Amino acid sequence: MSKFKKKKSGELPPVSTAALPDIVFMLLFFFMTVTTFKKDDYKVAQDFPYADQVQKLDKNDPIIYIYAGKPHERYQSDVGTQAKIQLNDKFASVDEIKDYWFNTLNNDVGQEFRYVAITALKVDGETNMGLVADIKQQLREINALKINYTTRKGEAGQNYK
Amino acid sequence: MGRRNIPEVNAGSMADIAFLLLIFFLVTTTFQEDTGINRKLPPMPPPGVTPPIIKQKNLFTVLVNKNNELLVEEEIMDIKDLRKAAREFLDNGGGTNEKGEPCTYCKGKKDPESSDHPNKAIISVRNDRETNYKTFMSVQNELVGAYNELRNREAQRLYQRDYTEMESVVADPQVDESVKDDLKEKMEVIKDLFPLKISEAETNN
Repeated sequence: MSKFKKKKSGELPPVSTAALPDIVFMLLFFFMTVTTFKKDDYKVAQDFPYADQVQKLDKNDPIIYIYAGKPHERYQSDVGTQAKIQLNDKFASVDEIKDYWFNTLNNDVGQEFRYVAITALKVDGETNMGLVADIKQQLREINALKINYTTRKGEAGQNYK
Repeated sequence: MGRRNIPEVNAGSMADIAFLLLIFFLVTTTFQEDTGINRKLPPMPPPGVTPPIIKQKNLFTVLVNKNNELLVEEEIMDIKDLRKAAREFLDNGGGTNEKGEPCTYCKGKKDPESSDHPNKAIISVRNDRETNYKTFMSVQNELVGAYNELRNREAQRLYQRDYTEMESVVADPQVDESVKDDLKEKMEVIKDLFPLKISEAETNN
């Protein structure tokens, strides 16, 4: 008998799946780190108008958000169908904006940003300008003059579809 | 003597668990970015001060009514033509600025009936309370577009690159500060040539 046996047969060994968890974990950590959870739960419609002459807002900029738009269907029985302002996660009236602005500035943004904080107006496309004008007037009165109209990137012609 | 094999712990289900988590994060991830049109509101006028009177020819009035129709300089206009009209008005350069200097970089018609100098030219947007926000934003977009086109033209002439491109470089948090400062200086020069003067007048009914 020969001592030198053929060790392997012609068959391929099965592909090792031991590295699969590692790969999946890598993907998992990637998505875990890039995920940002929405700050507020929107209670109003947030279908922004399109614009192409836009500037980016960095997440690290001092930003104070004001939402406005028609309430979602499930809140309509409580607050009606007219466009509303949402501050944090509550519906609010126009005269609450000033308090909200200073509260957010002091607690979240930092007082040193008093004159550089940007107020992002996240207003739904189907809102009347009257409400927007009211918000702007309130912001003017507290000297919060830097604003940003949030838009979606795209051809402005899409607004008329 | 045969050694008894210790069975390996089955790690096969680890992948499944990781997959579950992965799918959860995949679904909840939103690569959302805030983009928009920046604007500075006019400060409240101090009491007792009357606003300065602006010559009619230096004012480009855009009226938007509640049916979302445009009236530009007393003529009904389609939104498509607004950008060109605003450009012509800003680039006219028919007169001189406050210091009495004529506009050397303007390439407009030099019509004495239109704006004197980009420094003096003001665009006034007036809208109804019932105007749709979408329409208002489209108008704003076209007006900013007109400014950007003119600023790009000047930036190309002076620095051989677009103003809007410089703007996006400055907004990028990963760019070096020294590069940004240099660009900001250049942007100031161009902003000075065509200062953004869009007034959003209080709504009239």
